[in-house]
Amino acid sequence: MNAVAAAISRREGRFPSAAPVQAHGNARGVPVTLRGLAKSFGPKQVLKAVDLHIPAGQFVAVVGKSGCGKSTLLRLIVGLEQATAGRVLIDAEEGRPSGARIMFQEPRLLPWARVRGNVEVGLDRSLATSERRLKAQDALAEVGLDDRGDEWPAVLSGGQKQRVALARALAGHPRLLALDEPLGALDALTRIGMQRLIESVWQQQGFTAVLVTHDVAEAIALADRILVIDEGRIAADLPIDAPRPRHRGDPALAALEGRILDRLFNDQGSGI
Amino acid sequence: MSDTTLQTAAEEAVDKSRSRPLTRWLPGSAIGWLVPALLIAVWELLSRLGQIPANVLPAPSAVAAAAVRLTASGELQHNIGVSALRALSGFVVGGTVGLIFGLANGLSALSEKLTDTTLQMVRNVPHLALIPLVILWFGIDEEAKLFLVALGVFFPIYINTLHGIRSVDPQLVEMGRIYGMGSWELFWRVILPGALPSMFVGLRYALGIMWLTLIVAETIAASSGIGYMAMQAREFLLVDVVVLSILIYALLGKLADSIARLLERLSLQWHPAYRR
Ligand SMILES: Nc1ncnc2c1ncn2[C@@H]1O[C@H](COP(=O)(O)OP(=O)(O)O)[C@@H](O)[C@H]1O
Ligand SMILES: [Mg+2]
Repeated sequence: MNAVAAAISRREGRFPSAAPVQAHGNARGVPVTLRGLAKSFGPKQVLKAVDLHIPAGQFVAVVGKSGCGKSTLLRLIVGLEQATAGRVLIDAEEGRPSGARIMFQEPRLLPWARVRGNVEVGLDRSLATSERRLKAQDALAEVGLDDRGDEWPAVLSGGQKQRVALARALAGHPRLLALDEPLGALDALTRIGMQRLIESVWQQQGFTAVLVTHDVAEAIALADRILVIDEGRIAADLPIDAPRPRHRGDPALAALEGRILDRLFNDQGSGI
Repeated sequence: MSDTTLQTAAEEAVDKSRSRPLTRWLPGSAIGWLVPALLIAVWELLSRLGQIPANVLPAPSAVAAAAVRLTASGELQHNIGVSALRALSGFVVGGTVGLIFGLANGLSALSEKLTDTTLQMVRNVPHLALIPLVILWFGIDEEAKLFLVALGVFFPIYINTLHGIRSVDPQLVEMGRIYGMGSWELFWRVILPGALPSMFVGLRYALGIMWLTLIVAETIAASSGIGYMAMQAREFLLVDVVVLSILIYALLGKLADSIARLLERLSLQWHPAYRR
């Protein structure tokens, strides 16, 4: 485990918080730093001393077995849980990040508000009504639902609801977007469409993205970097340099997917 | 391909409306009145044929005549007005208190710990069992009826408001907090709308109890109102007025329920179960 810690500190050295943002990013993303982050629920230790630095604008995917603490990590980052020990620094600051948004597997739309009203939830309360309307409409257009603003959420399909949730998250132009298996409940085709949508809005807006997924292929298709969580720690931290857009079935990516799956299912296999 | 399916679907729709002349001539809401109208016609017929003795159950026409008679004397309007006012004021008092406790105990754990056990204990006393005590306290004054109706209405409103707030999806509440909603906004935009379907169940339940309580209270201890009118008529063996009183209670109950349903449909438009 010392080797892992050493690797982490080396990585931190590689990505100091003042590092220039990456080629595709712009000034909007925030860097995220975790220092010795630990979380226990009662006697159960879910995360043990996680150290991590995510440069501004990076797209990070987090994979790991069910129950390994991926959601907990994400909730700690956006301030929905209190750490038992350690610190979360967003843009080098501590405390509940105001520019952070999180999307869940469930769309969590208000059933009693129209689609546009739901998107307006994501906007600054101090805006004038007409401006809110306009911005909500823009966000809906961004996810391809500009003509559904007056509908009730109940009439939308699962994929459409999740797109409304994405529009709501994007409406306030977040600097950090956390995604907790947002596509887990969607069918395969809808999922691929949503992956492309998420990639393109991320490229346009340049926020920092942290995606938790159980689908390794999805992580490889979208992320700059994949973190494998195991036993409450970051067991592997893999950069993915393949150019975008990435093509499913690319042999190099398929080989990487195989290695990550091996790593997930075989704890001794530390070939990566 | 899809054209032909559409066509057959349209044809089927036409066939259906042809095969159901009833739905073509009557608006949807009128169909519900068909059976009562038929029953009344049969009742009238049997009375005229002498199958139902008038001192047991007078004919509908006799009841209608009694209604005309009492309206002309002004008695009917007066008694309906008195009863409706009692029902309404008892409902407002009991409903408001129930709503306040329901909201307070749903939103504040402290308030719930403090009062819920007591309220649940009181709930186990049937409120109509208090009638002798209430008569001792208030005599047969208005306070007696107001107290009983308010008490009866309180519990369904309280329980269902509390239950509605408790069953609001915690994931939605968390979402509201993530998006920076303060307590006030969270209440108006997430908690209250989420609790509303359950609160309407309480409202309709409370309306039923409201009439029931009023009927009992007016029959036992009153000097005006529909129940009093029925008891007076019983002493003078005016069966037609007794039946009229019962029918008026039924109509008032139906009216209250229809208003509640209308409010429910208007405010729960988003709910797939209430959409038309
Ligand atoms: N609020 C909580 N209270 C108690 N235990 C929790 C709570 N949240 C998560 N856990 C536990 O923490 C572990 C990690 O959960 P989670 O982060 O949701 O896993 P993952 O998202 O990787 O599937 C699980 O064993 C889960 O039971
Ligand atoms: Mg999870």
